[in-house]
Amino acid sequence: MYLNTRRDGDTVEAELAGTWRGSDLPAIDTEIEGISLSDAGTLRITVPDELEMDLAGAWRLREWLKSAEKAGVSVEFSGNEPGQLALIDSTIEHKRTTPGSSSESEFQPVTRLGRLVLRRWNSFLVALHFLGHTTITWLRACTSWHRIRPTSITRHLYETGLTAIPIVSLIAFLITVIIAYIAAQYMREYGAEIYVVDLITISVLRELAVLLTAIIVAGRSGSAFAAEIGAMKLNEEVDALHAIGVDPHEVLVLPRVIGLVIALPLLAVVADLVGLTGGALLCHWLLDMPLVLFLERAQDSIASTTFWVGIMKAPVFALLIALTGTYRGLQVRDSSRELGRLTTTAVVQSIFLVLLADALFAVAFWLLDI
Amino acid sequence: MSEPIVEVRGLVNRFGAQIVHDGLDMTVERGEVFGIVGGSGSGKSVLLRSILGLQRPQAGEVRLQGRALNQLNEAELRQIKATYGVTFQQGALFTSLTVLQNVQLPMLEHLRLSPHALDELAMLKVRLVGLPDEAAGKYPAQLSGGMIKRAALARALALDPALLMLDEPTAGLDPISAAAFDELLMDLRKQLDLTVIMITHDLDTIFRTCNRVGVIIDRKMTSDTLEGITANPHPWIQAYFHGERALRFGQDRESPSHGT
Repeated sequence: MYLNTRRDGDTVEAELAGTWRGSDLPAIDTEIEGISLSDAGTLRITVPDELEMDLAGAWRLREWLKSAEKAGVSVEFSGNEPGQLALIDSTIEHKRTTPGSSSESEFQPVTRLGRLVLRRWNSFLVALHFLGHTTITWLRACTSWHRIRPTSITRHLYETGLTAIPIVSLIAFLITVIIAYIAAQYMREYGAEIYVVDLITISVLRELAVLLTAIIVAGRSGSAFAAEIGAMKLNEEVDALHAIGVDPHEVLVLPRVIGLVIALPLLAVVADLVGLTGGALLCHWLLDMPLVLFLERAQDSIASTTFWVGIMKAPVFALLIALTGTYRGLQVRDSSRELGRLTTTAVVQSIFLVLLADALFAVAFWLLDI
Repeated sequence: MSEPIVEVRGLVNRFGAQIVHDGLDMTVERGEVFGIVGGSGSGKSVLLRSILGLQRPQAGEVRLQGRALNQLNEAELRQIKATYGVTFQQGALFTSLTVLQNVQLPMLEHLRLSPHALDELAMLKVRLVGLPDEAAGKYPAQLSGGMIKRAALARALALDPALLMLDEPTAGLDPISAAAFDELLMDLRKQLDLTVIMITHDLDTIFRTCNRVGVIIDRKMTSDTLEGITANPHPWIQAYFHGERALRFGQDRESPSHGT
């Protein structure tokens, strides 16, 4: 019970009881709804001195009294009005401005389209600026050993390269085994098991190893770049670098780009090796092919360019991944939600760019007849 | 109710070889404004984290409203947490929420309120701490340092707590804003019948607001009334309260008077 009511002529006497706290509001609501003030002239409220009432409770009381007054019932207090009510009144008295209802929410297709175009154009300019800035920083860094920051590059080599070896190897092994297994099933029908070796060798060396590695690295390191730089941005560490007179591009972007450009080709070589090993083992188990035969056939099937066609794509992929990651990281502003959004964007875009670049490479190699 | 609202007995906190607290005692009675003072690295924030239950002490006991923290289960802990409000050093507002949503978050978690009540009560708290209405719709990144402190206070007050714990509430504010904040705090304390525990380095704030002060020295706490602590002969306390900086302000400062 929060309210004890008594009807006395056209006067309703209500005595507050229990505790009027925020957690009691639902119960208080139902009790208030149950009190009928129709054809009542006066509502007399009694608040016992020892009543426990917080601001939420006081606010609910005030709301009720206001609605009563609006219904034409005069409200009076027997005894003192509780102090919390006065506090509520003095606080709420400030002019009421209803937030929202700006013109933004209206349907204005032309304005929206214009805004969208401007925003896209702006972000294009920002990206261009980032690229230019990075290039200039790179050229400037070439003038001195100190500005290339070997320590920092080593750290990124370790984090993006060395620690990625287990997962890259595992995935290269599994994917090759899966492809070889499917190929072996069909080739056996035609008695052409030996071509499984060709398929594995060429597809792993030319496409699979480097592409898989790039996608794993985009997920692993691209996101790490964006998140790390983004958190530094939120923490004003990037501003601190600016203030100290250090170019964030030089200490944050460049070492990551250089580190990854070195690490990714090496990882791709590892993936090549593990992938071929996987293929050889599968041929051995499934097709009873001696390992020596696999090696011989592999040797014959590849051209002198096959390995290099795959490997030369790696630095380009690395560049795309590192630039996207660092660029998105530096875009983080204001809130932790932005950090999550831009990290996601970094990964999605770098994978997309890697695949796009791979397609362009394929076209180029086809035109060059490699 | 006669039991102290916060009671810490024999608190020991250790990080590896580094001992932060070694048998620290602290008692805060209802209605007090208790200031925690100590050198940098003396473990003020760790003490606060221990009281909040964010830091599990190696030994000792923390009692909130007579109930030992380490003996409470999940539900009881949740209940206790609704009775105090905290502000952190950097404000710790949720950056992806507006000020109003920040204030509503504890209400949403602990109370069952209608959307109308939620908006009105949160707005009430925003106004209570002296923020303009426009600030309610803004994100923390759009606020000044002083407004962030006030918004954090509004969130701490969201559940109408009996106890407020403030970590450096006026640090980083200019003296005028700090004075305004202190004044606001004292107003709220009187109107809402609050107990306040605050970590502060601001001598002005201590003299304006606190009626008892606890100093962390040598991993233990010495606490006394404001008059008592300033008369304490310990060299660090003397240097703290009667150093050059303190003396410069000391002449025109009167001891605070409280209704408690």
